[in-house]
Amino acid sequence: MLEQTLRHVGSMVETRLAEVGRTARLAASAAERILIGPWRGERLRLRSTIAQLSRAGEGSLPLVAMIAFLVGMILALQSAHTLRQLGTVRLVADLVALSITRELAPLITAILVVGRVGSAIAAELGTMRVSREVDALVVMGFDPVSFLVVPRLLGLVLALPCLTLFADLVGILGGAVIATTVLGLGVPGYWSDSLAALRLDDVWSGVIKSLCFGAITALVCCQKGLDTRGGADEVGRSTTSAVVRSIVLVIVADLVFTAWFYLRE
Amino acid sequence: MTVDPVKQIRAERRTSPAIEVRGLRKSYLGRTVLDGIDLTVETGETLVILGGSGSGKSTLLRCMLGLERPDAGSVLLQGVDLLSAPPREVKELRQRIGMAFQGSALFGSLTLAENVDLPLEEFTRLPLSTRRIIVRIKLALVGLQDALDRYPSELSGGMQKRAAFARAMALDPDLLFCDEPSSGLDPVTAAGLDRLLVNLREVFGVTLVVVTHELQSAFAVADRLALIHRGRFRVMGTPDEVRACQDRVVRHFLDRVPEEDDEDDERYQRLIRGWESER
Repeated sequence: MLEQTLRHVGSMVETRLAEVGRTARLAASAAERILIGPWRGERLRLRSTIAQLSRAGEGSLPLVAMIAFLVGMILALQSAHTLRQLGTVRLVADLVALSITRELAPLITAILVVGRVGSAIAAELGTMRVSREVDALVVMGFDPVSFLVVPRLLGLVLALPCLTLFADLVGILGGAVIATTVLGLGVPGYWSDSLAALRLDDVWSGVIKSLCFGAITALVCCQKGLDTRGGADEVGRSTTSAVVRSIVLVIVADLVFTAWFYLRE
Repeated sequence: MTVDPVKQIRAERRTSPAIEVRGLRKSYLGRTVLDGIDLTVETGETLVILGGSGSGKSTLLRCMLGLERPDAGSVLLQGVDLLSAPPREVKELRQRIGMAFQGSALFGSLTLAENVDLPLEEFTRLPLSTRRIIVRIKLALVGLQDALDRYPSELSGGMQKRAAFARAMALDPDLLFCDEPSSGLDPVTAAGLDRLLVNLREVFGVTLVVVTHELQSAFAVADRLALIHRGRFRVMGTPDEVRACQDRVVRHFLDRVPEEDDEDDERYQRLIRGWESER
């Protein structure tokens, strides 16, 4: 019984480590194509990158705006409840601004993008794999990493910081709506308190996190898609696995970044 | 007069056999899929590889195209080993290879014209106007000149297969590989595709390797036929030589006689079929 359990755990760990290894190799290949490729005369596919950027960025804008606005409102209401007891309701502005920019905007934006764009990437590449389109690319002389992975990686890495900055603004606006309509704070006071609480580092830390979240999402979803074998049911399985793994890794990376920023302060 | 050594090497390659396969072995889960395959295809020849489902013919094709790494042996296409040659040389060689996949493998997000234009845009410096003309010519070659702006999902299976030929022919390849070109097609469409293959060889001098289990198509297009069974060739020769072959497995295949009392064979085929669908 114990031996069987240990064997099962061992094989699970081995599978996960192999997956991490494949993702790391894909990351190294993509980085080489982006950083060294152009010096070797290989072109970056700008048109395809812009299409991916538009899909990830422009396409996610309404959803990110709605969720960030709602989260800003919820945060203001939740924090007001405690702060009122301490007689410091005015601090709602500081709390919303800092929480949104440092933590919630990058994290929520990344999770929304994983669900909306990452899943589409995994399903698209998985379908291409099982219908032999990836083989067709290889036979024709195309490099699948340059052709498929790099534009998606650049698209997400560029889109996420922009979406996060947008979510910062809309989230603070959501908090402002509650502060002025429910908590009775003045609009100018709320904005000046928010701006006074924020340092440029707070915004930057969110942007740096979102760059990393974009890379994690793109690489995990591309690798899961390209690893798909079999038929349509496997595409579904890969897509689910890509989304779950991306979200877990994004949250782990978030913890690492938060700890790093905290220790630096 | 000095001779450019690179040009000389290329010229020699073009006169050497188009494809040379030596001692190719591939195993999966302890079962042998390819068991020491030796094969030579001359330039301009059409070789048809016959075999039942799970016989190893698709694995052989994938090894020949460099999509699968064999356990042992080598594959040389125009003298170049796809798995060990420098990347630049491999890239150059790949532009001289066309492949029409069994399921067409057209890019679903692109129209037919864009599918055919993709290799032209990537590997040539031709202006858009010239590329458009080439795309029209290639699609007209397979009778799809009126479907330029249609997506693969809007086409029938036969039209998709013909479009896959047009894309495979986009760069005028020296070598064309076809996986089950006429399977699942009605007899008239299948005959049309066979005629297209014969024309490609006769008009353009393309070296063709066709993998199929359709006997009528195989004998219609082949200069030589090879029958693969359990990862080995049971017979290889001209259509007449294959027809005259008295080997039991070959006779059963040609006369469409089911293999009897061979549970092991069925298990083997199931294993290989499962593996090939996973690749």
